[in-house]
Amino acid sequence: MPLLDLDPAVVATARRLAAAAAAPVVEIARSHTTTSLERATLRLAGITGADSTHRAGDVPWVNRVVDTVAEQCGLEHGVCGPVFHALREHDLTSLTELAEATAAGQVRYRVPTGADGTRAYKAARAAVAKGLRTVDRNRAQRDKLVARLGDPPRRPWIYLIVATGDIDEDVVQAANAARAGADIIAVIRSTGQSLLDYVPEGATHHGFAGTYATQENFRIMRAAMDEVSREVGRYVRVTNYASGLCMPEIAVLAGLQRLDMMLNDSMYGILFRDINPIRTFVDQRFSRQVHARAGIIINTGEDNYLTTADAVDAAHTVTVSQLLNEHFAHEAGLPDALLGLGHAFEIDPRVPDSFRLELAHALLARELFPDAPLKWMPPTKHMTGDVFNGYLLDGFFNLAGVLTGQSILLVGMMTEAVVTPFLSDRDLALANVRYVLAAAGGLAEDFRPAPDGLIVKRAHQVLGEAVDLLGRIVDDGLLAAIADGTFGLMKRPPDRGKGADGVVAKADDYRNPAIDLLDEGAGR
Amino acid sequence: MTAEPRHVRPYGDTSGDGMVQTSFTLPVPHGPRAEGAALLLAAKMGMDPAMVVHSHAIGPDFTFFVVYGSVTHIVDMADVHVVEREYPLLPPGEVNTAVKRLLRRKLVVVGACIGTDAHTVGIDAILNIKGFAGEKGLEYYRELRVVNLGAQVTVPELVKRARTEKADAVLVSQVVTQRDAHILNTREMSAAFREAMGARRPLLIAGGPRFDPRMAGDLGVDRVFGRGTTPGEVASYLAHAITVRKEPAA
Repeated sequence: MPLLDLDPAVVATARRLAAAAAAPVVEIARSHTTTSLERATLRLAGITGADSTHRAGDVPWVNRVVDTVAEQCGLEHGVCGPVFHALREHDLTSLTELAEATAAGQVRYRVPTGADGTRAYKAARAAVAKGLRTVDRNRAQRDKLVARLGDPPRRPWIYLIVATGDIDEDVVQAANAARAGADIIAVIRSTGQSLLDYVPEGATHHGFAGTYATQENFRIMRAAMDEVSREVGRYVRVTNYASGLCMPEIAVLAGLQRLDMMLNDSMYGILFRDINPIRTFVDQRFSRQVHARAGIIINTGEDNYLTTADAVDAAHTVTVSQLLNEHFAHEAGLPDALLGLGHAFEIDPRVPDSFRLELAHALLARELFPDAPLKWMPPTKHMTGDVFNGYLLDGFFNLAGVLTGQSILLVGMMTEAVVTPFLSDRDLALANVRYVLAAAGGLAEDFRPAPDGLIVKRAHQVLGEAVDLLGRIVDDGLLAAIADGTFGLMKRPPDRGKGADGVVAKADDYRNPAIDLLDEGAGR
Repeated sequence: MTAEPRHVRPYGDTSGDGMVQTSFTLPVPHGPRAEGAALLLAAKMGMDPAMVVHSHAIGPDFTFFVVYGSVTHIVDMADVHVVEREYPLLPPGEVNTAVKRLLRRKLVVVGACIGTDAHTVGIDAILNIKGFAGEKGLEYYRELRVVNLGAQVTVPELVKRARTEKADAVLVSQVVTQRDAHILNTREMSAAFREAMGARRPLLIAGGPRFDPRMAGDLGVDRVFGRGTTPGEVASYLAHAITVRKEPAA
């Protein structure tokens, strides 16, 4: 039941403005491709593995092939035409052989035309469709396992992070966390992976503050959690990050290995990793199409704005970003049920009425997006190292989560900003969640903020400020707003940032069977 | 305030009682043997007598303990050596005045997270106008020109930018500490500046939550700032450091 009495006309205006602000960017996303998007397409078509003889270390075959095609005939026509034409021309039986021949300098790529072009497209479409059918099968398998084992018995789902740097240790920690009550396991990536322009290969054991996202690591974690799921009698979901320079490729790998949730924000990479804005929007659209196909719930990153900007002053930027993320997601085919919009409990605890303000912001998100599995993020900015105080703050965060009907609760650690969590920190944090759920899980039923009280007024104010800001963004353009530092105080001009050299405007004859199959919802 | 005592013990609720509280996990199944092991560990830590006031199982193989007890150790305050701030904390206006008087131009600060470290939260808290702990960041200071290079800047890139920007000070933030990355990165950075610019190098300042301020010499930098440093402290240090450089041994 709605508690905030939001004016449907204002809400409709907010959505209309978000759509208007996003429209030019969607157009840019449709009319460009990127090196990573082309590599993702080849991964769907079946290229795996890496060139281990390269002097720079293991270079994935998709990088070798796409770089060579870019060099010899550009990427503006799409990589599939030249690749599948070369496959036939050189009479090779597999893409891996083609990749090896490419590395040996034996392949000369050109853009096929006429009948050659049609034939190459058909072959590419057949190969990519095979990859997508694996994604489809994984989705069906997830549905089957959920039906057999069941979802978590209540909301919010409990989301826990592991980050040891070693996939084998991650598996141990994840299994313990699941047995102790976690419904979702997220493996944090190694610091710096977002700026790698390739996806590392194989099982990895030496990450920095996290574990590399690789296809093999995905497989290992999913297999381990399938086993634990049977043991605990509920389907344990696995999360990773479709973000950074390889966003589309990682989205594909997640679909191929049946991950269940992926961090995927429309602007995070731009603002916090200084990745080129165009690259991000192009990659994001494709990755979201793949996620939609795979039935993967995306998690957006609005919590991050509040770690740099003030959580009260910037509350409306969270709402604006949620509305933009929603629009971009819908446009890419994601339904509300897969939209894990983010927000966070980051108001300075010394601010008077901070908890009431948190409730106002959380309720606003809940009522603006009633069908989205909202992701509720714990305090980090005001976790000072006073672990006792931090434990209390996390308790209030948990209470706000149950009181406002949040869907996914990322478990806060009292040792946030001190050390990577101890085994006991996770155990105590889960005890905190369990206590609040048991003591107050049904409190939402009795919670009726006064119609003219601070919570209701504050929610209306934030929505009003969000509409104003969206109006200004529509007038100036979203890219200009990003360049001006509207979000999270970071200024990011559209022609700058990492990965800009991997953005290519599509030619009129650009074709990509992956995009066609995703657009059509086809499997052949 | 009374004079600092020479010898101190922890204070629970009575002077000299030595009471401390600690918690830890042992890889032992919950039970009397686990509790015995916890007491033995507490004794080796100098807690005598120690009480296990709480224990519970974490899974089948681990036990968590909360232990209270009196420590036998005594701290001689004469043995305490810390880096005490040797400069006054100035409000932004006075920092600006000092820079103007000494340099007659803006002081250029170049900041970056070096190596693979992508955590800009520290450097941003010091540099961004938004600031930290209620203090505005260095961008707010009229007489400072701030160039924030952001995350994952390589050392050669940093040296190059410091040179082209004619940096007076270079601030480097390091959050990630796995396998001592923060220490190795900072040493590499200071060595590169020494090599490229010698004595004309800018002031080198390292910051991050796991740095010990006493490590400056070891890291080859002029100053190390640890956890909880505010922009005002850094700005005041900059004003102090250029004074020392300009007016050596006054």
